[in-house]
Amino acid sequence: MTTKEYESYYVPAQSKWPIIGAIALFLIAVGAANYVANLNNPENAGGGWVLLAGIALIIYMIFGWFNNVITESMSGKYSHQMDNSFRQGMSWFIFSEVMFFAAFFGALLYARTFSVPWLDGAGNNAATAAILWPDFTATWPLIKTPGGTETTAMGWYGLPLINTILLLTSSITAHFAHVSLEQNKRGLLKFWLGLTVVLGVVFLFCQGLEYAHGYADEMKLYLDSGIYGNTFYLLTGFHGMHVTLGTIMLLVMLIRVFKGHFTPKNHFAFEAASWYWHFVDVVWVILFVFVYII
Amino acid sequence: MTTDVIDDQSEHDSHDGEHHDHKMTGLKRWLYTTNHKDIGSMYLWFSFIMFLTGGVMALVIRAELFQPGLQIVEPDFFNQMTTVHGLIMVFGAIMPAFTGLANWMIPMMVGAPDMALPRLNNWSFWILPFAFAILLSSFFMESGAPNFGWTFYAPLSTTYSNGSTAFFVFAVHIMGISSIMGAINIVVTIMNMRAPGMTYMKMPLFVWTFFITAYLLIAVMPVLAGTVTMVLTDTYFGTSFFDAAGGGDPVMFQHIFWFFGHPEVYIMILPAFGIVSTTIPAFSRKPLFGYTSMVYATASIAFLSFIVWAHHMFTTGMPLFGELFFMYCTMLIAVPTGVKVFNWAATMWRGSLSFETPMLFSIAFVILFTIGGFSGLMLAMTPVDFQYHDTYFVVAHFHYVLVTGSLFSIFAGAYYWLPKWTGYMYNDTLSKWHFWCSLISVNLLFFPMHFLGLAGMPRRIPDYALQFADFNKWVSIGGFAFGISQLIFLVLVIKCIKGGEKAPMKPWDGAEGLEWTVPSPAPYHTFTTPPKID
Repeated sequence: MTTKEYESYYVPAQSKWPIIGAIALFLIAVGAANYVANLNNPENAGGGWVLLAGIALIIYMIFGWFNNVITESMSGKYSHQMDNSFRQGMSWFIFSEVMFFAAFFGALLYARTFSVPWLDGAGNNAATAAILWPDFTATWPLIKTPGGTETTAMGWYGLPLINTILLLTSSITAHFAHVSLEQNKRGLLKFWLGLTVVLGVVFLFCQGLEYAHGYADEMKLYLDSGIYGNTFYLLTGFHGMHVTLGTIMLLVMLIRVFKGHFTPKNHFAFEAASWYWHFVDVVWVILFVFVYII
Repeated sequence: MTTDVIDDQSEHDSHDGEHHDHKMTGLKRWLYTTNHKDIGSMYLWFSFIMFLTGGVMALVIRAELFQPGLQIVEPDFFNQMTTVHGLIMVFGAIMPAFTGLANWMIPMMVGAPDMALPRLNNWSFWILPFAFAILLSSFFMESGAPNFGWTFYAPLSTTYSNGSTAFFVFAVHIMGISSIMGAINIVVTIMNMRAPGMTYMKMPLFVWTFFITAYLLIAVMPVLAGTVTMVLTDTYFGTSFFDAAGGGDPVMFQHIFWFFGHPEVYIMILPAFGIVSTTIPAFSRKPLFGYTSMVYATASIAFLSFIVWAHHMFTTGMPLFGELFFMYCTMLIAVPTGVKVFNWAATMWRGSLSFETPMLFSIAFVILFTIGGFSGLMLAMTPVDFQYHDTYFVVAHFHYVLVTGSLFSIFAGAYYWLPKWTGYMYNDTLSKWHFWCSLISVNLLFFPMHFLGLAGMPRRIPDYALQFADFNKWVSIGGFAFGISQLIFLVLVIKCIKGGEKAPMKPWDGAEGLEWTVPSPAPYHTFTTPPKID
């Protein structure tokens, strides 16, 4: 290979954004910890404000940092190699997100396969069941815990099914948007990308409705309703947070499209957002199968 | 001698207007820096400060255990000491020290201008001091610091925890974010920034081990984040992941934690393999024996690390099949590890050895790490592990691999590259003092723990039965001696930064690698254009 291809790897000059981001994360952590530790202690609830300040600061940082990156990219400072760095970095970031969800799916599968049946005497645990909770019967969804908390299972038809269709469709529209961008059809790009954002927002709205149903008196499905409620809310909740983030990313891409950014060849930010969106979609499909259906 | 390289360097800089070669001065240089060498130095200093902080906590533990009975601290504070000592040494000392070495050396070793994502690199570092500030601040809270052991087993960390658990959880979250971003940077740098001609199998083994370690980090740090999140919700939001009354299981905590935890211990040893695989050939004046097998052995160890986690949990009442599966898989790790030890020995075989300080630490590493490996093999055997579990034998085992293993390798690396970093040779006499004091005291510190453990002394208890008194006295003496010996290193490094004999471009005649083709100290920007590799 010639050296020409390599000579212009852009090493940015000093930047103030990382240290601002570090302070922001510090505020978020201290604020959140303080808020959580004082949940039952309202007069000591300053943590929430620190948390909000941290979030505001990190939003400021993201805007500033990305602004730098976009300016550098648009002024042609980035080489093909730099593009690869971004691609690989984003891929590994998504992989780390997969592993984060894996921890919660692991907990779900462990509870279903091991701990709940064991509490009913499966394996060599007959004594556990007989001595601790003789009245307990293992079921999944666990609608009555050994401790006696009762709840209702969320069915897969209705809102969850609608949400599945919404999210699967949005993955397809995101792909169409990408194809349109590569073919330089800006009108179609705006349409498909806009539709994807709308589908994401509708998904989140439906998720909110579903939670409202869960927390209503007919269902009594709460976060603390035993291991079924725990895994249900944490898995769908973290997924919902990722959908929110993904929607915001796509929305920013939409705004950038309207500002005339991206070319058919050079649009990594758009691709990263769409990768993220597909990742969120795949997680939902797995979640729909393991949390709702079986 | 080095003018060629300097000229070469400045020529490229003037060609390329985008490169800001001037460094800022003062605090802003360090806060805003995107330079891998600056960031590497900060990681190394941070890890040393944390090493001393965690070390002081270890000395509190050893002072209390100097005699049987309760003399110095309350049992609850003793528990806080063991917990925070472990957390600091794992996440604050060993891991950042390796990341620091990676930052300093990998771009130079692969012929890259910097890490692939320099701003992200700065962020990865600067969130760490904040994370540890949060963790340490819990000592000043009413509730005190976390007291449930660095492994934070539920329900100790949930139902029975004190009020600072939320701070612990969010501090660990930030440490995890830092590790993941740092690891992504390492992976991308290695995959994407190698000089033309440097194929994967031509990379220095140092780079290989960090490459594989970084994958492990990306795979398991998010699982740790998930674990602490479940601890948080169990403690504060009424979930019952680790509570049987709600259908969960405290043993599930151990499964999820150790799914992170076992790869984590290899995260702390694989880079050590990379360092000694650099130093031993240099001072044996022979190429590394079995380079390819080293690469495959490292990858095998990394793969196996994902399927051995429950060997930490043999006494939890797992089904027999589980006990056997995890026992056999664990013992299998001895094979690739044996390959490595064999290769290091074979590298030295008939080499023209010389015993500079990095070599001394490396040889000590090979022997003492092997002792830790053998005690690990003993612990891997399920039936006998019932005897060793939660005794000082375990403490002896993991301190042999972490202190005489990881830490000694870090010292070996530091002594090997200090001339390259500072531009000066360090005081040789002082470094020999550091080595011999450390070597003798560390064995006095950890070796008797094997016998204490076999005789049944439990870990994490501030008091012990009278028959353990003599050994514990010697262990404590060894502990204080080891702690004080590390101050020699601090003095040596400060002296070396301030000045001394000028270091040549390549102070070790047997050293190989691109980092020795640039002047000492390495210029602020190296390899703005990649070097050619044959």
